[in-house]
Amino acid sequence: MEQDKPNRECLLDKTPQATLGKPLSRSEGLAKVTGTAPYAAEYPIADCLEGVLVTAPFARGTIDSIDKDTCLAMEGVVAVIDDERLTSRPAQGTAGEAPVQKPRQIDYFGQPFALVVAETFEQARHAAKHLEFTFTADDLSQVSFDPEGTESERQEETRQGDLAHAMAEAKHAVDARITTAGHASAAMEPHAAIAEWDGSNLTVHASLQMLNYNISEIADSLGMEEDNIRLISRYVGGGFGSKLGISQECLAASLAAMTLEKPVRVVLSRQQVFQNIMRRSETTQRLRLAAGADGALNGFGHEGLVSNLPKESFAEPILQSSQFLYSGENRLLGLDVARVHRMTAGSVRAPGEAVGMPALEVAMDMLAEETGVDPVELRLRNIPDAHPVEGTPFSSHKLAECLKQAADSFGWEAGPRKPRQRREGEWWIGTGMASAARVHNISKAKARVTLKPDGTALVETDMTDIGTGTYTILGQLAGEMLGLPREKVLVELGDTRFPRGSGSGGSWGASSVGSAVYVACQGLRRELASRAGVNEDDVSLKDGRIANGPSLVDLLDGKDLSEEGFYEPGDIDDDFVAAGFGAYFAQVRVNRFTGETRVDRMTGAFGFGRVLNQKTARSQCQGGMVWSIGVALTEALHFDPQDGHLVNCDLAEYHVPVNRDVPELDVIMVEERDPAASPIQAKGIGELGMCGGAAAIANAIYNASGARVMDFPMTPDRVLAAMP
Amino acid sequence: MKPFRYSRPDSLDHAGQLTSDADARAIAGGTNLIDLMKLQVETPQQLVDINTLSLGEIADAENGGLSIGALATNTATAAHPRVRSDYPVLARAILAGATQQLRNKATTGGNLCQRTRCYYFTNIDQPCNKREPGSGCGAIDGIARLHAVLGTSPHCIATYPGDMAVAMAALDATVQIIGPAGERSVPVRDFHRLPGDTPEKDNVLEAGEVITAVTLPAPVGGKQLYRKVRERSSYAFALVSVAAVVEMDGGRIARADLAFGGLAHKPWHDPRLSELLVGEEPTAALFDKAADLLLEDAQGYGENDFKIPLARRALAATLAEATGAEL
Ligand SMILES: Cc1cc2nc3c(=O)[nH]c(=O)nc-3n(C[C@H](O)[C@H](O)[C@H](O)COP(=O)(O)OP(=O)(O)OC[C@H]3O[C@@H](n4cnc5c(N)ncnc54)[C@H](O)[C@@H]3O)c2cc1C
Ligand code: SF4
Repeated sequence: MEQDKPNRECLLDKTPQATLGKPLSRSEGLAKVTGTAPYAAEYPIADCLEGVLVTAPFARGTIDSIDKDTCLAMEGVVAVIDDERLTSRPAQGTAGEAPVQKPRQIDYFGQPFALVVAETFEQARHAAKHLEFTFTADDLSQVSFDPEGTESERQEETRQGDLAHAMAEAKHAVDARITTAGHASAAMEPHAAIAEWDGSNLTVHASLQMLNYNISEIADSLGMEEDNIRLISRYVGGGFGSKLGISQECLAASLAAMTLEKPVRVVLSRQQVFQNIMRRSETTQRLRLAAGADGALNGFGHEGLVSNLPKESFAEPILQSSQFLYSGENRLLGLDVARVHRMTAGSVRAPGEAVGMPALEVAMDMLAEETGVDPVELRLRNIPDAHPVEGTPFSSHKLAECLKQAADSFGWEAGPRKPRQRREGEWWIGTGMASAARVHNISKAKARVTLKPDGTALVETDMTDIGTGTYTILGQLAGEMLGLPREKVLVELGDTRFPRGSGSGGSWGASSVGSAVYVACQGLRRELASRAGVNEDDVSLKDGRIANGPSLVDLLDGKDLSEEGFYEPGDIDDDFVAAGFGAYFAQVRVNRFTGETRVDRMTGAFGFGRVLNQKTARSQCQGGMVWSIGVALTEALHFDPQDGHLVNCDLAEYHVPVNRDVPELDVIMVEERDPAASPIQAKGIGELGMCGGAAAIANAIYNASGARVMDFPMTPDRVLAAMP
Repeated sequence: MKPFRYSRPDSLDHAGQLTSDADARAIAGGTNLIDLMKLQVETPQQLVDINTLSLGEIADAENGGLSIGALATNTATAAHPRVRSDYPVLARAILAGATQQLRNKATTGGNLCQRTRCYYFTNIDQPCNKREPGSGCGAIDGIARLHAVLGTSPHCIATYPGDMAVAMAALDATVQIIGPAGERSVPVRDFHRLPGDTPEKDNVLEAGEVITAVTLPAPVGGKQLYRKVRERSSYAFALVSVAAVVEMDGGRIARADLAFGGLAHKPWHDPRLSELLVGEEPTAALFDKAADLLLEDAQGYGENDFKIPLARRALAATLAEATGAEL
């Protein structure tokens, strides 16, 4: 099915099974917490050799020669793989082709260029540290590491009217420079792969998010046919964008297995994960807001500088939601990219809005103060009726409702605000808020649904479940459509032998693959109706039978009934702007002596279309809010100014929030149906929870302490420096 | 990880013999040593597992003090009734460190000897005088966010990262050591060294010496506080920390034993602070003077400049909390 028009009448609102939306626990949860769900590196494969990547100890240059013999003489060492097909960088999400290979040309500190394979992991790790090689490193003064002060190119620009003029004439204007730090995905499971080769076919157990693209990336890198490759990724211990494209371990394991004709496992060390896998670019942003006395925007400017390695097309898309979130006749939005020799920049959860929205929403808070308009009211006054430049209507828009519901639940005191009004002992206490917005992404996807003679159903697609609940919601969807309780639906994912799904990323998994399952089930319903001799529109399926009619077992008559569903977005995005919206409110305390900030409580309200499972959706929202705390207060990649290497490359020094940093998170899911977003009227939810939340915390820091910090994360030193 | 031999000594003497080899390391909880071995920062030829020795006891010591065995876990020490009632600053400092899981394994001796968290020290592709004498210091012109502002040298600006020892320095505890030359005691305040031109030596332990216990002097009254300023509320090393044992008498300060973490290559104790504070009424101006004295010679390295004002504020806040003074 190709979607060209809104699906206003969705079957899912009429089906009687009532499993969809229920807060069911993840079906694989027990296996995961009991350690019986095998992750990529854990498949019990006999006689598996172990590979460890060797990385470059310099920033840019070439590896000239590798002395394999000394290394091969070490105990247990089987091979040194330096095949030209090893990749030097991970593939960008949805690339579907080989990433930059040329392993001997070094573009960043810590880039892998060879693999040492040994009988045991310890032997391989030891030998990898002792591989001898010669290299030519470029003079560091000729290599750029810091985007500030490096020449940049404009990647994208939107202009309408005259922003400079609007700023000059405005009753109230804000012109703010805000920076955000680089981030790591910091998934718990490190990147890992086990490759097996039978002489003509390659099987890779990997930890990947998008098998449908990954198989093409591997095939292209190796010069193989996709038909000879099988990828398996049943359980993924967190991805957050870092496993969208293949990374170095996949090809290294594959090439080693093909060379040695034995299975080979390659697991990146935590340090290698940090040093090689996609980082989120740091950003420097300029926000210009021109408003009248009532706060109505007449000018809107958002420009930013981000960075990446040469030859990478990805640029942290910080302007995505700024294009349409607020009105303002005169607009200038621009994105610049500087080429620096840090590891590849790519997608980390909510690429773009994760850092673009916090900057915008801090500027909006400054405008609220400037105009004396309540921050919630200011946002309400600036919600456009349609896309401010293109004039396209919104498919569905719940910002106002989210703002109101969250404000209510939080107990927001409306009115003009003044900082430093409440102190308890050492702590300044204050509140802040921000809007959330995230573009809705959707992709083509296939899924096969089979009704089994015993009246159960099987869903198969190469879609992955990265811990978000995909197994569960696809089972609920199929159950709802086919009139089966969730436990009668078996869901099999993460294997390229199944029809190609969308992969998990960009929050598009549930709506894309969910729509494919929906389409497949529609086909099955049609067939069942015809077999039962009833009109398709009158079919009502519940608990394994047609209402007042035969059971599925009878209709199937001992045979499988299978249907492959195909869904494709079509031209609908020309006609509508589809996005998820929301609002955050936070109360923080700021220590007046030390500048330490702790979040006391946080409320988020989100509208993201149909809720497929109340529990897994809530978890996604909460997870996003936890990440918002990280963006606001703790997370930052630190790069050495001299050679550009990442200095804090483990979980002790890259500070994601810990339990104690996260208070009770109040999540409100605002009822919504978005008929243009997908046939099942659902939108993405995996990322929306962190698209602006950091600003609610930043604004609360200001309200509490009077410290208007312009740099994320707001660590104690920065808060102190900004404290009046 | 480099291959190594593993041995289990059957006596303290035996442990001393085994560890007197320059390429041997004692292993207790292993929470620091094994991490560093995986990174090839530590490359011992031999691991001497001292867990075979009975050094885990926490027992009353002479003159009303308390002896904490070198192998007592951080969890056991922090939970010990006498530590909780008589030396609360120690319990607080330990509980402010690491995580429950780590504290369950971490020991008194290992905690005292834990190595710096300097990012350049733990990355063997970077220069570091502490890891490889003469190779240079990567941190001085690099990311020195965690680094020292007191007692640094041009060769090394690393900090001692721990919390427990900071409280022990405030309490004026003593490290009990046994070695080839017999037993000796070293005050915790003198146990760690300044880097000078031999930053490879963290402390005064000589080859073959093993810590057997730390003894705390008889308890004193007053307030005992540990304030740790950090980037997140758990599982983060101190940016700055203050351990304080403060007694008041008739509105004046009668005792002020202070030690600081995050500022230097050792838990920092400056006897002049106590001299300045004792006998005075607690006021903001007095605390400021104390900070002036403490930070007289402080030097920042760019990234860590903030530690100087932060230490001043943390000191004032701690003294205010301990004395009841209003700030
Ligand atoms: C992620 C992380 C976070 C942490 N956070 C904190 C924190 O916030 N605050 C804090 O204070 N600490 C923190 N730590 C450090 C932790 O406290 C130490 O790792 C622990 O105390 C070391 O004790 P251990 O027994 O495991 O030592 P081991 O790793 O066994 O040994 C460490 C060193 O001590 C030597 N040694 C051990 N026992 C003796 C002895 N009896 N005599 C002579 N030498 C000996 C060993 O040879 C070795 O060199 C953290 C550690 C980690 C991994
Ligand atoms: S500060 Fe010390 S430990 Fe850190 S790099 Fe310099 S010499 Fe090494």
